[in-house]
Amino acid sequence: MSDTTLAVEIPTALRPQVGDQESVEVSGGTVGELLGKLKAEYPDFGAKLYKTDTELNRFINIYLNDEDIRFLENLETPVKAGDHLAIVPAIAGG
Amino acid sequence: MSYVKSLRGKESGVDYPIEPRTICDSDFGPVEVTYDYEAMKGKVTRESIEAGPLSLWRYRDLLPIENEPRAGLQSGWTPLVKADRLAKHLGVKELYIKDDSANYPSFSYKDRVVAVAVTKAFEFGFDTVGCASTGNLAHSVSAHAAAAGLKACVMVPHDLEAGKMVGMNVFGPRVVRIEGNYDDVNRLCSQIADKYNWAIVNVNLRPFYTEGAKTHGFEIAEQMGWKLPKHTVVPVAGGTILPKIWKGYQEFIELGLVEDNKPAMYGAQAEGCNPIVTALEEEAELFRPQKPNTIAKSIAIGNPADGYYVLKNIRESGGYGASASDPEILEAIKLLAEHEGIFTEPAGGTTMACAIKLIKSGRIPKDEPICVCITGNGLKTLEAMDGQFPESRAIPAKMADFDQLIQETSQTKEPAHV
Repeated sequence: MSDTTLAVEIPTALRPQVGDQESVEVSGGTVGELLGKLKAEYPDFGAKLYKTDTELNRFINIYLNDEDIRFLENLETPVKAGDHLAIVPAIAGG
Repeated sequence: MSYVKSLRGKESGVDYPIEPRTICDSDFGPVEVTYDYEAMKGKVTRESIEAGPLSLWRYRDLLPIENEPRAGLQSGWTPLVKADRLAKHLGVKELYIKDDSANYPSFSYKDRVVAVAVTKAFEFGFDTVGCASTGNLAHSVSAHAAAAGLKACVMVPHDLEAGKMVGMNVFGPRVVRIEGNYDDVNRLCSQIADKYNWAIVNVNLRPFYTEGAKTHGFEIAEQMGWKLPKHTVVPVAGGTILPKIWKGYQEFIELGLVEDNKPAMYGAQAEGCNPIVTALEEEAELFRPQKPNTIAKSIAIGNPADGYYVLKNIRESGGYGASASDPEILEAIKLLAEHEGIFTEPAGGTTMACAIKLIKSGRIPKDEPICVCITGNGLKTLEAMDGQFPESRAIPAKMADFDQLIQETSQTKEPAHV
């Protein structure tokens, strides 16, 4: 599978750890590969994004094209050009 | 003056000043208000509370406000109904209904959380309040904002009941209908809160907002005569109220206001949206989000932000959960109405139906005090009852026709006096 480059949307609370960028461009074939690249590039950020090496922080939701990746193939979900990947804290409710 | 100490990351333990804040920066987890309970001891007493106003503000020492309350001065202090007729029907000894369908001004438990959030919005200097809502919260935010003279912008799923839409529009807020379900609305709202300088009550005022939900539990305890029910059945949507009733009970125990009878908490969900109950049944540590499909729209939240804590508190307390089908929800609405004269919305029908299931399955013993938390009003969701009652025949205004109609129809009812 060829790699796709996407701009991953970063929530405000995390932006200081990625140089105050609203989004960060990374490449990969799946959601997990993209987030893995982010983690490698920004270790502090990565430490908060992941609970373990393979498991995301339970307070983080990842949306691919407005769909929670847990309804897709989770970290294995393939990405293609033009997709929109967003990291959104699980905050509101009620 | 207040007993508030800090905002603290619930997982990280990192302290922050009292400020609008959505999450803990260090781990993205929720932040929670902490209080100086030692300083409260001997000062926050049954007597000091009983001397307070007949509203949720009688518990202001345990709420995160610094100055005088600015909203919801008549909110809370809703009836705790001793439901003897329903108890007899179900074969249980002691049953209470905490009835927030009668809350002021907007007839749901949300008037509690919004009273606190709008007061905080004033303290922080916001001129606009907003929320992501399945209806009830939007009603409450809109009503409180109107009364307080603040602007309001409420975000809701596009397919809410007609009564729910009128019930918010009448207060004159900006209403934004979003194509999607509550979880879609919620996600957008977290992004809106990032961008606009608004008090989104369940996003950047969330730590304060949620504290208001404790008052539902405080009132149960005080109205039971400074005792805790052994079993409390609570609807679970985003997961705010159950952990906060639990926190309220624990605070009263900590302050020596009630005896610790090891109260157990039970979560109620609709079968069409039951991520928490599924996790309980599967003994899973975390829940899996769902796509809601139920008539109980006010609790149709498939990705509950505080679901983790709902699971934790239920398990810690030795409680459990149940889920109810749409027909069971409607039956329970009628059962509560016919036995206690309380008309609740499908969320309340869900809670009632689940309480019945938990009693029937033996999870809740019949000989211990049970409290069912009713959080919303049935007059807002009349469509849910469509087809439930056949239209009666109109008769001429003549005695003979009345006599005939009475002969043709009958009303069966269990004896009122037991």
